[in-house]
Amino acid sequence: MSEITPEVVTHLANLARIALTDDEIARLTGELATIVDSVAKVSEVATPDVVATSHPIPLGTVMRADVPGQTLTADQALSGAPERDGDRFKVSAILGEEQ
Amino acid sequence: MSGAGSELISLDASELATRLAAGEVSSVEVTQAHLDRIAAVDDDIHAFLHLNAAALETAAAIDARRAAGGALSPLAGVPIAIKDVLCTLDMPSTAGSRILEGWIPPYDATVVARLRAADLVPLGKTNMDEFAMGSSTEHSAYGNTHNPWDLTRIPGGSGGGSAAAVSAFESPLALGSDTGGSIRQPAAVTGSVGMKPTYGGVSRYGAIALASSLDQVGPVTRTVLDAGLLLDVIGGHDPRDSTSIPDAWPSFADAARAGAREGSVRGLRIGVVREMSQEGQGFQPGVLQRFHESLALLEAQGAELVEVSASSFEYAIAAYYLIMPAEASSNLAKFDSVRFGLRVTPPGGGTVEQVMAATREAGFGDEAKRRIILGTYALSAGYYDAYYGSAQKVRTLIQNDFAAAFSVCDVLATPSAPTTAFKLGEKLNDPLAMYLNDLTTIPANLAGVPGISVPSGLAPEDGLPVGIQFMAPAREDARLFTVGAALEQLLVEQWGGQLLAQAPALA
Repeated sequence: MSEITPEVVTHLANLARIALTDDEIARLTGELATIVDSVAKVSEVATPDVVATSHPIPLGTVMRADVPGQTLTADQALSGAPERDGDRFKVSAILGEEQ
Repeated sequence: MSGAGSELISLDASELATRLAAGEVSSVEVTQAHLDRIAAVDDDIHAFLHLNAAALETAAAIDARRAAGGALSPLAGVPIAIKDVLCTLDMPSTAGSRILEGWIPPYDATVVARLRAADLVPLGKTNMDEFAMGSSTEHSAYGNTHNPWDLTRIPGGSGGGSAAAVSAFESPLALGSDTGGSIRQPAAVTGSVGMKPTYGGVSRYGAIALASSLDQVGPVTRTVLDAGLLLDVIGGHDPRDSTSIPDAWPSFADAARAGAREGSVRGLRIGVVREMSQEGQGFQPGVLQRFHESLALLEAQGAELVEVSASSFEYAIAAYYLIMPAEASSNLAKFDSVRFGLRVTPPGGGTVEQVMAATREAGFGDEAKRRIILGTYALSAGYYDAYYGSAQKVRTLIQNDFAAAFSVCDVLATPSAPTTAFKLGEKLNDPLAMYLNDLTTIPANLAGVPGISVPSGLAPEDGLPVGIQFMAPAREDARLFTVGAALEQLLVEQWGGQLLAQAPALA
């Protein structure tokens, strides 16, 4: 059942934005194949007639009145930022030099 | 233990509360006694990641208000330890991860705000598996926590720090969080009490999310009554959590007190899950022995044992290890090197994507990476229906099994964990073996129903604590406190004191 190859893990790591090392990719390839094989059994009982449950306790959509509440100040919101520029988060370069 | 401070740390929260209210002891004395205990034993236990420098100041302010005749809540002045997954304005909140090292949140979790409003005294933050991913606390970025019963063994996980703090008498109370058993399994292996409320019973606002449809915050204590007292403080509707149940709740402390009365379990129908109560199902013999002895005690008091079947529970771990990583991979996307937490710039600089990838590589541990990659896989196009979609269907089947069981019984019982505490390092390199620790606790999270683990004795083969788990229908949390307190009283009578009184001396 396992389609987990180092290429698949590399692709997933890119999607998840984690710069895995080659050693980690090799190890994760083996571990994930084992885990995926063992969890694939869910399809044995997940027949088309069974409805899916996404949420354990069904609640309706929760709304609140459209009035300003107590919110964080800009300083509070920025208090954990690795880098800030005035009242804004400072992001690393969005485009590479070649773009 | 000897001396006045030693006496104070041996008291349960309810006893401390009584003495505090009567003016026999001050919160400063109680808090100091626990800080002294932490200083004496936490080098060995390592339950705490951070201590609250203002604990004595907070305690003094509460004492002053009590002296002035102010109205105080039942647990006012009692110290508490807080799992590091919960946001605290005045202490770092790392969730056991390097990526949040030193991060001080700009707000309190609702449960923390409620502790403060009820005048409990936060002692500090407790160790945990990174982002609550684990069953041994070995996946913390900040070192292992040791089981007070045997320092070479795990304290359970992910909330090993909270369970160890309580069972080592470093704190009478603690908060935990339970996504697949992280409150109940550590309670079982440390001889303490741990309770996961109905999903939505306690606010998740400010609880750093692992899997949003599974996470619940709950009490970690030494007695069932203390768990009820603490849940009465932290529970109830919170408009800041859209999954918070708006209904009113009964007093869980009252439910525990009712359980300690004569005849409280007469006629109670206890469902024994056939698939989780017999030999050949992965349980250590002593775990099963104590489980069946506890049931027999309740039966002798008039409870009725009913065998029930839950055939889909067999698929619970598989479904859990698809749903939980899927939700985790999404929740952990917020650690992006921009808004808070770590930022690591690769040599020579880089684009925001490269900085993000370098940050997450450096900031996440092995288990977090494993689950993020697994979750990303489960959610990816082409696999979504086969994995995540199927897992959600299993969730329905498990809910159906619970519904069928609760049509013939009032509570369900299983062992809380398949084994007693294993050795540190024993399962660290075998993720699947580690995942099997949550065999009995995961179904409750998938279905959203409440569960409690209560000490049921020591396994004869290794002398280590065993827990029994009770589960109830959603919103019927009170039943767990009643049956839990009833069993606790019967066992304590048999043992001639609390199970933790048999733990080896520390320090």
